Amino acid sequence: MCPRLYHFPAPVVKSDCRYDDRVLLKLTCITKSFGGVQALKGVSFDLQAGEVHALIGENGTGKSTLVKVIAGAERPDSGSFELGGKPVVEINPAAARALGIAVIYQQPALFPDLTVAENIALRLETRGAWRTIGWKTRHQQAAELLARVGAAISPGAHVRELTMPQQQLVEIAAALGADAKILVLDEPTASLSEREVENLFRVIRALREQGVGMIYISHRLEELPRIADRVTVLRDGTYVGTYAMPAIARGEIIRLMVGRDLAAIFPKVAAALGNVVLEARNLGCRASGVRDVCLSVRAGEILGIAGLVGAGRTELARMLFGLTPADAGEILLKGRRVVMDSPARAAALGIAYVPEDRRGHGVILEMPVDANATLAILRQISRRGFINFSREREIAGAYVRRFDIKTPSLDTPVGNLSGGNQQKVALARWLATEPCAIILDEPTQGVDVGAKSEIHRLMSELAGHGLAIIMISSELPEVLGMSDRIAVMHDRRIVGVLSREQATQERVMELALGHAAEAGAAI
Amino acid sequence: MTALAHPNPSAAAPAPSRSSFSRYGREISVAIAYVLLLACLAIRTPQFFRHQFFTTWVDAAPILLAAIGMTLVILARQIDISIGSMFAVCAVLSGLLAKAGLPMPCVALLTVLAGAALGAINGGLIAGLGLPSIVVTLATLVVFRQSLMWVRQGQFVNDLPHGFQWFGLSQRAGEWMLLAISGVVFTVFAWAMRWLSAGRMVYAVGSSPEAARLAGIRPRRVVFAVFMLMGALVGLAALLNAVRSPDVDPKIGTGWELTVIAAVVVGGAAITGGRATLLGTFIGVALLATIAPALVFFNVPSQWEKAIQGLIILAAVATDGLRRRGN
Repeated sequence: MCPRLYHFPAPVVKSDCRYDDRVLLKLTCITKSFGGVQALKGVSFDLQAGEVHALIGENGTGKSTLVKVIAGAERPDSGSFELGGKPVVEINPAAARALGIAVIYQQPALFPDLTVAENIALRLETRGAWRTIGWKTRHQQAAELLARVGAAISPGAHVRELTMPQQQLVEIAAALGADAKILVLDEPTASLSEREVENLFRVIRALREQGVGMIYISHRLEELPRIADRVTVLRDGTYVGTYAMPAIARGEIIRLMVGRDLAAIFPKVAAALGNVVLEARNLGCRASGVRDVCLSVRAGEILGIAGLVGAGRTELARMLFGLTPADAGEILLKGRRVVMDSPARAAALGIAYVPEDRRGHGVILEMPVDANATLAILRQISRRGFINFSREREIAGAYVRRFDIKTPSLDTPVGNLSGGNQQKVALARWLATEPCAIILDEPTQGVDVGAKSEIHRLMSELAGHGLAIIMISSELPEVLGMSDRIAVMHDRRIVGVLSREQATQERVMELALGHAAEAGAAI
Repeated sequence: MTALAHPNPSAAAPAPSRSSFSRYGREISVAIAYVLLLACLAIRTPQFFRHQFFTTWVDAAPILLAAIGMTLVILARQIDISIGSMFAVCAVLSGLLAKAGLPMPCVALLTVLAGAALGAINGGLIAGLGLPSIVVTLATLVVFRQSLMWVRQGQFVNDLPHGFQWFGLSQRAGEWMLLAISGVVFTVFAWAMRWLSAGRMVYAVGSSPEAARLAGIRPRRVVFAVFMLMGALVGLAALLNAVRSPDVDPKIGTGWELTVIAAVVVGGAAITGGRATLLGTFIGVALLATIAPALVFFNVPSQWEKAIQGLIILAAVATDGLRRRGN
């Protein structure tokens, strides 16, 4: 069964019969779930020899999972997987490589202190500790492969000395050497300049001529007409459709990527907005690359920050909280200029930050609930360094009741709680400091739906009490449902701020993809 | 998506709490091993308790003091392998100060301060410059020891004033004094780790330095303080050890860091930081210190001591690994 949950225009072109005898890879109705989360809900995908097939979708729509299935790193729960017309029963990464599948990740996975030739050889040569090394053949082989991708790189160079795009070419050369027929390129152009992109495209076109099938993952939609033959769109783990590339307009693709049901999200209750609490003017930080950030958030307001992974949202939050202090622009708190140079300072000024990596940074898993909830107010609950334990339990107990944190006792280590309850403990820790502004980085990531709507209700309630909230989220429905205003980031800048009324999934996505001009939004 | 329409609160039900045995399993099992060892000794050679038990604890007292500091260091995700050298430097210094005619309380205070200063060197390099503690303390292990050799040319400190050995008391009273000081220091630290916010900061930093930093704790200060305390405790341990003999050997404390780390690890400290209790350390010290005298009473050649200690460490760590797998 292949569920189709949405009603959208039928795919412009279904699997084109022109290629049929040249099908390299065919996935049908693949499903895969992790724990309770279904990452792939019946996805179909096929790849022909000599084509570039783009795979697109928002953050967390299952692209990576699909790639992992293809690369043999994950086994699908159901669905069929055919390679060259033969069904694949058992697959693992080594087998996938032997079958001619190679994945080129965004960050090249090479050994920096070995030479190019050694790196390539490591991928190609069969293992065996006692085999002698044929240095001459290694170099020759590397030189041939590098010539095939048109790279002017010396086989004797150390990978450390190469630029990012050069390392990519080495990866591709190694994949070709391993006789790859299927190349997966995961965001290959994400950090390339225009000239480097053109060079990479030249290589991709040459490989297409040689009959290599390529799966091309990218957030840069403007590249697709230049390089892709077909495009498959995923949304929330479901298969939206496969379309012939020149035939489909960019606007249409965006619409296909985002369209979904908004009603299921707990909406923010309208609250009276107070004065501006936190304001950033031309804020920038060279270390993280975030620049020219202008934003403000009022008491009682939820400012959503949308953007794709890598757009600089977390970096912005870290800057506002003094974790990576800004080196340009200024931060104003209730109209007064403040210096935010450490988390301790930010906390003292009344700013709170609930980080994205809950298990790593949000809570301390080994510590019990009460100690976690009061960690940020240790000073306030201690007198001359002595912890007031009854105060601690009182405060922690109050939050456990108020947030309905499901825990057997206050002494239970937080690591034993479910994800949603851990997040509530993290939230409690910071609300205990009685902040005037709070930054929530992906507050509902990885929590189950019940806890998610509870966290949304809490946020709404807190805003109602006059808290200024900045919420970073990768989930468009959450951003649209919860925010009074939405700032959209692209390429480490805020490219547009939309009011609740202006914001639609399409407009936000257009801005996030860097099409500010088309969206026509003013900052 | 469809599930959103039917929120299921029971999905958020928490995992069952671990029992106190699994949480303090290591402390309990090491304590059982210690009691079993004592029981065997009581049955086979009752004279152990008459002659040896007290002495064992007098021998172990300096180790216990250093193990307190080491527990804090390991708890904060660090390690200090320079303590053997610090121990020697402080011991020689205490002897020289006493010989120079300073009153005993002054000697004690200055020795502890000297230890704290040496610890501050470690802490400054590790917290200030962000260097890995194993490398820094490996360097200071050599530097402290060699500086001492260079200054003293390997000479013993002899002809110590009468007031130095056993604080000028009788041996029995001096031994009790030693036990009392270690006991008080241990109690103070065990209490502080539970009741002072500083103690909780050490746990937080060791569990997750980044989470602690986000919570407004300054991990570098905590790490610095922990190394300084380690130094001060080593200073005190050196003094208490030095007063037991009529002269001070500059080669003292060689390999001592391993004894101390072993006791802490057997006591249940996670070498990855964030988990340790001082009670566990206490039992770890007790168990390892009893092995050597027990062997004598069991008529086992003493060269087996190190091997058995090694086996105990392996057993302790292996049970951790097994338990983690079991989870």
